[in-house]
Amino acid sequence: MSAASAPRTMLSGLLPLLGKRVASALLTLLLVSAVIFTVSGLLPGDAAQETLGQSATPEQVAALRHEIGLDRPALARYADWLAGMVRGDPGTSMVANMPVREIIAQRLPNSLMLAGFTALISVPLALAIGIASAVNRGGKLDRALNIMTLSMVAVPEFLVATLGVLVFSVKLLWLPSIALVSDTSTWGELIRSSTLPVLTLTVVVTAQMARMTRAAVADQLDRPYVEMAQLKGVRFSRVVLAHVMPNALGPIVNAVALSLSYLMGGAIIVETIFSFPGLASLMVNAVTSRDMPLLQACAMIFCTAYLLLVLTADVVAIMANPRLRAQ
Amino acid sequence: MTAPHIEVSGLTIEAGGRAIVNDVSFAIPRGQVTALIGESGSGKTTTALALMGHTRPGARISGGMIRIGDTRIDQLGEAGLTALRGRRVSYIAQSAAAAFNPSRTIMAQVIEPLLVHGLAGRKEAEVKAIALFRALALPSPESIGARYPHQLSGGQLQRLMAAMALITDPELVILDEPTTALDVTTQVDVLKLFKAAIAKSGASAIYVSHDLAVVAQMADRIAVLRYGVLHEEGPARTVLETPRDHYTRTLIAAARPVERPVAPETAGASAPLLSVEGVTAGYGAVRDGVPAVPVLRDVSFVLAPGATLGVIGESGSGKSTLARVIAGLLPRAEGSVHFGGVGLPAGLKGRSREQFRRVQLVFQNADTALNPAHSVATILSRPLAFYHGLKGAAARARVEELLDLIHLPRDIAGRPVRGLSGGQKQRINLARALAAGPDLLLCDEVTSALDTVVGAAILELIDDLRRRLGIATVFISHDISTVRAFCDQVLVLYGGRVVEQGSREGFASGRHHPYTRLLMDSVPEMHPGWLEHTGEGRAPALPGAPVGEELCRFLPRCPVAIAGRCDRTPAPLHRERDRQWLCHHDAAALAMKETV
Repeated sequence: MSAASAPRTMLSGLLPLLGKRVASALLTLLLVSAVIFTVSGLLPGDAAQETLGQSATPEQVAALRHEIGLDRPALARYADWLAGMVRGDPGTSMVANMPVREIIAQRLPNSLMLAGFTALISVPLALAIGIASAVNRGGKLDRALNIMTLSMVAVPEFLVATLGVLVFSVKLLWLPSIALVSDTSTWGELIRSSTLPVLTLTVVVTAQMARMTRAAVADQLDRPYVEMAQLKGVRFSRVVLAHVMPNALGPIVNAVALSLSYLMGGAIIVETIFSFPGLASLMVNAVTSRDMPLLQACAMIFCTAYLLLVLTADVVAIMANPRLRAQ
Repeated sequence: MTAPHIEVSGLTIEAGGRAIVNDVSFAIPRGQVTALIGESGSGKTTTALALMGHTRPGARISGGMIRIGDTRIDQLGEAGLTALRGRRVSYIAQSAAAAFNPSRTIMAQVIEPLLVHGLAGRKEAEVKAIALFRALALPSPESIGARYPHQLSGGQLQRLMAAMALITDPELVILDEPTTALDVTTQVDVLKLFKAAIAKSGASAIYVSHDLAVVAQMADRIAVLRYGVLHEEGPARTVLETPRDHYTRTLIAAARPVERPVAPETAGASAPLLSVEGVTAGYGAVRDGVPAVPVLRDVSFVLAPGATLGVIGESGSGKSTLARVIAGLLPRAEGSVHFGGVGLPAGLKGRSREQFRRVQLVFQNADTALNPAHSVATILSRPLAFYHGLKGAAARARVEELLDLIHLPRDIAGRPVRGLSGGQKQRINLARALAAGPDLLLCDEVTSALDTVVGAAILELIDDLRRRLGIATVFISHDISTVRAFCDQVLVLYGGRVVEQGSREGFASGRHHPYTRLLMDSVPEMHPGWLEHTGEGRAPALPGAPVGEELCRFLPRCPVAIAGRCDRTPAPLHRERDRQWLCHHDAAALAMKETV
C-alpha cells in the first residue's frame, strides 16, 4: 500500500512545482529575447553596411536596408523575429544569405558533442575527486586533490590548451592540433580530433564541480545521522553512497549545472584555438559580420541551454529532498 | 557467581593529549540497566560509545578493557566492529530528529540493521518492524514506515529510533539522553515504552543521562561521572538514597529546586509595570486581528514592578512568542501592551530608546546570542555606550561592576566569548541585558541549555539580582517545578491560550486545570517506581475529539473532558480571588478530579 502510493503522491506533488519552474523559465527566455534584440540593435553598423563595404554610397545602403527590412520599426521587427523563433525559424542570415537554421544545424551537433563528451568525462571525475577528498578530509589525499583542483581553476584555459598541443601534438604526435570536423568524418576521426578540446574543457570545468562536491559531502559527513548509520553497522562506503549522497545531491547538481552551462557558450577560447567548428565561434563571427539573425539565434540557444540545465538541477534537487517534494 | 555480562575496566580515552575518560571501570549483569550520569564534559557519552568501539573524531581509546559476553571490544578490528554494531550492540541517539537521515523513509532506516547484517530479507524485516512499531504504540504502525523524518514529531521519532535499535534483538542497548529533547508529558510516555521494550527484549542497557529523576525510573545501577572520572557506582536505590560521594550529593541537591520567598508586596496597590491585554499574535497575513498562523490567542496578564511571572508550556505553546511580542520583535496582531502606564507600539518601530532600555530580553541560547569573536568587554560596553553614553574609564568601571554582579572574575573582560564555558556565557548574556539597566527582564528558557548544577546557579543569580535591583521578570520555562519555586505568579500556556494563571499561593491550592495537572504529574520524581504509577487514569476521555479554534485546545488530550459540552462550546473562564482558569469544570469539580 505504502509502496504504491509513494510514487504517485510524489509525482502529483511535483507536477505543479515543475509547471511553475517551466513557466518562470519561459518568462526568463522572453525577457532575455527582448534584451538580446535590444542590445544587438545597439551595435554600431548593420548587415547592409557590412555587406556593401566602406565604398558603398548611402543610397545603396538605404536600398539594401529596405530590401532586407532593416528600416522597419524595431517593435515590428522584434515581433516578427519572436514569432519566427517560436516557429523554429530564426530567419535568414544576412551575410551568408542562407537560412540561419541550416547554419546552426551544421554547428550545433559539434557543440553538443563537445559538451556531451566533456560532461561524460568531467562529471564522474569531479564526483570521484570530490567524494574521495571529503571522506579523507585533512588527509594527504585530500590535500593533494585540493592543490590539484585549485591549480586547475587557476590556470587559464588557453594555457591548458597550448600545453596540451605542445605535449600531445608536437612532442608525442598522438593527436591533431586542429579539429578537422566535417560531415564525412568517421567516428574515429571525430573522437581523435576532439580529444584535445574535450580534455581542455574537462580540466576547466572539473575543478569547480569537484570542489563543490567536496564541500557538500563534507557538510553532510558531520551530521549526526552519519554517525548513527555507522553505529548501525553500515559499512562506510555504503554510508557515503546510500546515506550521504541523497542529501548532498541538491547542491552538487546545482554546481554541475552551472559548470556544464559553460560548455556551450564558454567554449569559445577552446573552439578558437583548435579551430573547432562549434556554436561559440559561429556567434563571434556573427558579431563581427553584424549578422543579427544568426547572432540572436545563437544567443537564444545558449540561454535555453542554460535554463534547461538549471531547471534539470532544480528538479533533481527537489526529487532528492522529501521536504521540498512534499510542498 | 558467573562473570557479569558486560565489563569495563580501566577505560581511558584521550583527546588532544588529555584524558577525557580516565580509568573508568564498571560491570553490568545480564538484563540490567546501568545509568551513566554526569554533566556535559563528564565523558558519559564518550564512555557509552566506547562500548561500540566508537570514538568521536580526535579521540581514541588509549587503554583499558571492554568486554561484552565473550567479545573483547578493545581488541576488535574495524571489520569486527562493523559486524558488532547494530547487531549485538545498538544505539539510541539523543536527538532522533538529527539522527534520522532526512531523505530516506523511516522504514528503510529502521530495517537497515537487519539488511546490512544479513539477518533477514526485506519482507521479513518489514513485518518485524511493524510489530515493533505496534509495541511502541506508534500511530498507524502499518503505514508510518513510508513517511519521512520531517513528517513526524520528536516523541514519535524517538520511539522509531528505539524500534531501529531493538530490531536486531541486540544484547546491549545504549540510550544516549533519549528523552532530553522531549516535552515532559511526552517524556513520560516514551520512558514507559522504552522500559517495557527493553525488559521484553531481555537486553542489558546503558542509559546516559544528566537527569537523576529519569535515571531513578530507568536504571538498576547508577554510575556517576565527572570530568571523565568515575565518582560512585552502585545499585540505583543506594546511590540515590545514601550517596557516599560529595559530588553525587551536589547533583541530587541541584535536581530539587529550592523554594524562594515571594517578593514583598510592593507598597500598596501601585500601578502595574506591565499589563498585557487580549494579545493575539502569530505569523502570516492578519485578517480581522487574527494572523494566518495564530500562535498566541487572547493573552492577558498584569505584572507589578519587581515581581516575577513564570510562563510555562510545552514546545509550540507560544511561550517564546509571548516574550518576542512584549519585546516588539514580533508585532502583535491584536490587543495592547502597556508598560509603565504607556502603551507600547506593537513593533520595534516607534519605540523610544528609553523603552528599549527598560525592556531587555535574555535569549535562551547564549552560544548564538553572543558574537563569539567579541570580547566580554566589547559585548558589555555596547549597551553602556548606546543607552547611557558611557565611554572610556567610566564604561570600564561599569563593566567591572557588572562582572562583580554576575560573580565572574574581572580579568575575564578581555577574553573572547568563544573560550568561555556554557554557564559563563549565559552569565555574560544576562549581564548584557543588565547593562541597559532594565525595569523588565524577559528570560526565555535561560537555563534549558545548561547542566543542572550550572542552571541552578544561574537561577539563583537571577533571583538574587532581581531582588537587589528591583527588576520585574518574565521567566519562560518548560519546567513547572522551577517556575513554581521561583516565581510570584504562574501562567500556563497551552496551544497559545492561557489555560490557567494565578499567584504562587493560589497555585499551591491543588486545584488545577487538567493540563496543568498533567504537567505537574509528568515531572519525574526521584524515587524509583514513580514511573509505573504516574499517569494512571489519565487517558483522554474523548480521544479523537475535534480541534476547533474556539474549543478548548486541550480537549483531545483531556482526561476529564465532558462529552457534549467540551466538544461543543468554548471553555468559560473561571475566576477566583488569586487565580483563574479556562475550563468547563468549576473549582469544586476540579477539586473532585484531583482526588480521583
